[in-house]
Amino acid sequence: MMIKLQAKDIIFGYDSNPILENVNFEIAPSRLVTIVGPNGSGKSTLIKCIDRIVSPQGGSILIDRKDVTKMSRMDVARYLSYVPQSSVRIFPTNVFDTILMGRRPHIGWLGSDGDEEKVWDVLRLLNIERLAMSNFNELSGGQQQKVLIARALVQEAEVMLLDEPTSNLDIWHQLDVMNIIRDVVKKREITAIMALHDLNLASTYSDRIIMMKRGRIVAAGDPTSVITAENIASVYRVEAAVRNLSDRPMIMPLRQIKG
Amino acid sequence: MIRYRAFFHGKTDAGLSRSRRAGKKSGVELAHERFKFIRLFFVLSIAALLVLLTGFIITLGPLNISVADAYSALLARFWPDYFHVETLTSRVVWNIRFPRIVGGIMAGFGLGICGCVMQAVLKNPLASPFTLGITAGAQFGISIAAVIGVSIFGGPYFIIGNAFVCALFCSLFIIALAAIKGATSENLVLAGIAVNYFFTAISQLLKYFASDEQLRLMTNWGMGDLAAFSWANSRLLLAVFVICFPLLLSKSWDLNIMTAGDEAAKSIGVDAEKTRIFIMIVTSLLVATIVCFMGTIAFVGLVAPHMARMVIGGDHRFLIPASGVLGGLVLMSADAVGMNMIAPTIIPTGIMTSIVGVPFFMYLMMKGKRKEFWT
Repeated sequence: MMIKLQAKDIIFGYDSNPILENVNFEIAPSRLVTIVGPNGSGKSTLIKCIDRIVSPQGGSILIDRKDVTKMSRMDVARYLSYVPQSSVRIFPTNVFDTILMGRRPHIGWLGSDGDEEKVWDVLRLLNIERLAMSNFNELSGGQQQKVLIARALVQEAEVMLLDEPTSNLDIWHQLDVMNIIRDVVKKREITAIMALHDLNLASTYSDRIIMMKRGRIVAAGDPTSVITAENIASVYRVEAAVRNLSDRPMIMPLRQIKG
Repeated sequence: MIRYRAFFHGKTDAGLSRSRRAGKKSGVELAHERFKFIRLFFVLSIAALLVLLTGFIITLGPLNISVADAYSALLARFWPDYFHVETLTSRVVWNIRFPRIVGGIMAGFGLGICGCVMQAVLKNPLASPFTLGITAGAQFGISIAAVIGVSIFGGPYFIIGNAFVCALFCSLFIIALAAIKGATSENLVLAGIAVNYFFTAISQLLKYFASDEQLRLMTNWGMGDLAAFSWANSRLLLAVFVICFPLLLSKSWDLNIMTAGDEAAKSIGVDAEKTRIFIMIVTSLLVATIVCFMGTIAFVGLVAPHMARMVIGGDHRFLIPASGVLGGLVLMSADAVGMNMIAPTIIPTGIMTSIVGVPFFMYLMMKGKRKEFWT
């Protein structure tokens, strides 16, 4: 199924402090979309609003013309999966059981062999089968991130949301995680929306980039139109050199713009 | 690579699984199968141990009864045509020894499962069934009955009825407080501790003005003793138990997910705060019923879930029953030791549970290979 995601006038804030102000966008099916912007620009909050982990105070999110803000939580989980930045298990749990939790929206109390097969398939796909019986808390950051992605994958939702999936990873693992996400988007025809700090990773992998500043979208489109020296200067207050590398803009930050 | 493609093309998932199932399983898959077997085997074997130990404990006491007679006496109640025992043996087993054992098992089971779910919803390995101020509430109820003479029920439930109602009220009050502010685990633990101090202070105030006779009434309750378990009380507990246990067990998946944190739980479809409140209400009802008869035996509810987790891991479908059976085993065994060690003096169950249980728990803790001791 190919579905479209639309956000209309999303408003969110804590007390009188607005974080998102009238955010609107529309995402075509089977795309990898990144949301970039400085710290505090509302990227993570927007991701959480879409999944209703925090409830937007206004606006609507439409998937397949159905309003996410009016669905039951279990229905939301069937349409949208979410990969948190990190996760600590208070009580140690093995990797297999951690991933199996993602089957919750589809599973009966007893569980089934089919559900377990899906977990094995995803473990094999991400090449972490050998970790199945390891304690989640004892894994490295890169391995934990893959397990969290695996949990979202077995959820079999059409849209996968990710909150800075590469933030604690070395460059090898950054590429590893981004490659996995790009492949899944293509082959499973799902949409991935992620908050990301690294502009070069965003430029390399995204079909579309949304750039935010203080709770508003200031630019959206393909990497070439969004990652420009002017946008980076006005949104990040950083002077940067932008060069094209295999048709993708790459940036090199040069100096802060003061005042 | 073939597998990788097949997976992505989605539609061939089932075919892939079938072909793989026909082939040999990898080492880690075998390890997983073994783990699942051990988990089930453990739950079944501790349940069997509970039945065996019941027969053995019935034989302990001034009247000599063999293990065979003990089981016969129990079975004769249900199939009188097939099992025969002397009337005296039958009466001692059925009316004196067995009710106390059943009470111990049910109380231990109840505290074990409540401790287990409380630790999960509060995301805190130190949580126990008493984190929500149940004891302070019960004690407050008893102080009112003993000192002021105000009681909700009359007759034999003069004291116990008050303990039950106030214990339940106290924890519902905490849940309501937390619910208004947002039922996070932090809010619940904080509200629990604060309200606990408040009710304890009022009890102490009443104690301060109490006469000797009133003080005796107050201290008689709460030693953590199974003496109150007659058949009538056990039936009452069983009724509450039959309602609460399936309710808690039905939330197993949600509890598994909630230990991953509220955000993760929400994204997988579990409303963490609603589930937390639901679990708390069910737990309060069950614990208040146990506590009003027996007083506080905090140790069982804290430790039984940890013991179970060390062996079978964190899946609540197995962890809840295993915590319950272990709780029952610990409480029943400790009570048997307390009853018979320096007979005819009976050492209260609560004291004995800690004296017997703590060294055993320490042993498990030291023996555990993992860095995190509650694994």
